[in-house]
Amino acid sequence: MLDIRGLRQEFGHGRSTFHALGGVDLHVGRGETVGLVGESGCGKSTLARAVMLMRRPTAGRIDVDGADVTNLRGPALRRYRDRVQMVFQDPNDSLDPRFTVGRSVAEPLAAQRVGGSERRRRVHEALEEVGLPTDSVTRFPHEFSGGQRQRIAIARAMVVRPELLVLDEPTSALDVSVQAQILNLLVRLQTDHGMSYLFVSHDLAVVHHMAHRVYVMQSGRVVEHGPARELWHSPQHEYTKELLSAVPTVHSRSHRAGPTSG
Amino acid sequence: MNALSLGNLTVTYSGRGGDHVAVRDVDLHVGDGEIVGVIGESGSGKSTIALAAQGLLPDTARVQARELSVAGHDVAGFSEDDWCRIRGKDTAMVFQEPMSALNPCQRIGRQIAEVLRLHGLADRRTARARALEALRQVRMPDPERRLDHYPHQLSGGQRQRVVIAIALIANPSLIVADEPTTALDVTVQAGILDLLRSARDTTGAGVLFISHDLGVVSRVCDRVSVMYRGRVVESGAAQRLLRDPQHPYTRALLGSSPGPGVAPRAPLAVIDPSQHLEQIPAVVS
Repeated sequence: MLDIRGLRQEFGHGRSTFHALGGVDLHVGRGETVGLVGESGCGKSTLARAVMLMRRPTAGRIDVDGADVTNLRGPALRRYRDRVQMVFQDPNDSLDPRFTVGRSVAEPLAAQRVGGSERRRRVHEALEEVGLPTDSVTRFPHEFSGGQRQRIAIARAMVVRPELLVLDEPTSALDVSVQAQILNLLVRLQTDHGMSYLFVSHDLAVVHHMAHRVYVMQSGRVVEHGPARELWHSPQHEYTKELLSAVPTVHSRSHRAGPTSG
Repeated sequence: MNALSLGNLTVTYSGRGGDHVAVRDVDLHVGDGEIVGVIGESGSGKSTIALAAQGLLPDTARVQARELSVAGHDVAGFSEDDWCRIRGKDTAMVFQEPMSALNPCQRIGRQIAEVLRLHGLADRRTARARALEALRQVRMPDPERRLDHYPHQLSGGQRQRVVIAIALIANPSLIVADEPTTALDVTVQAGILDLLRSARDTTGAGVLFISHDLGVVSRVCDRVSVMYRGRVVESGAAQRLLRDPQHPYTRALLGSSPGPGVAPRAPLAVIDPSQHLEQIPAVVS
């Protein structure tokens, strides 16, 4: 559903130009989870933001279902954001501490001009979907734990029934046992609704768990992409190999060490 | 001698909301030349242990223990002055965030040498030479030039190397590393973990390694203690414990971590706090 071709993003100009994205191609199919991995500064978050059309790219184009969305503005851009939503690493960034949970979750609906009892119904539905009691609507973010806050952020993204969720390090600030709950939730939501995910993370184990296909980025470029299993077991690019060998895992290393076919 | 011996350690924080027991009845020993991991999630008490081992607990903390021995000193009745005499010299700390551990306004050579100067271990010239030596030991590229750099001129990994150089320079018997690689990229992390191991090999210091990351602990530690809600629930040889965990909490923790041993998108284990797994007797292997 999402097709990115030759995407470039430059900051600054002249000799001090920084190439955050140096011509990226990326494809996300319907109902598919695509992982995007790399280390700090590789451009993965810039790419996530580009998909949200937060900043006009220097060059290249972004298609959704075959239609060019790169330069959308006004009402068309608002309609685009009903189809594509984002969840950030730190739920505190996406939830206003002065707003009740109900108001935060309902906010994207205002742009859709959904009001009254329909809005209330949709908010309740979204909260139930992420496993929070509906009486959460009258409470404030500080009354919730970090994991619950991330559930609220997911409910807020889900409330407009998007087709693509851009998840930027959605569990990096959480404990492993809380991360497990959020990952389980994301898998279930995808099964129930058939959404596509663009899953951005520095954590290769998490991406291997979640993604059908993975793109590895380094210095603003995609150095390798392919099915998650293949990439994990037989990486081709030197950088992917380096990244994988640096990952400390408790699960037996023989999974990775032995030669694999395919 | 043990670099660190904690016997029946209990730490209670008192506040307006009443008392909170952060660490309950913990036994923990770090032998010389040994790297012992303490692993746990937020609120498990692992950082309280790190602070207790450095005399850095806040005034609101009450400490009870049968044994409290740090780098060969009985620190049970230690005053702040007593701690100042051994901190940096006999026991040293590596924090998670190198940028907040370093002084942004001082050249790094001076910050490394400061440890020796404060403890009266070297004069200015010798201290600078030893600082250079320490930077070589932590494999800092271009160490002569780095001596006169400020922290902001270094990368995150290089800054953590400086912090480790500061920790190593006075040859302490105990190094407490509290999440030393959590803020770093994986490839940089691998270098820092190797460095900690080789520092242990060359100096024979004991290392208390605090982490939330099971993979990191299995890569660097000889033994490990798993903490949950203030208690040690399981302890033993790192490789064996993580390969074949016995306590239900350790099993759940491992089952909640995604990795090649878990089928993609299969449900991960969830830990239910209402089960009070911390009350199940501890396992020592």
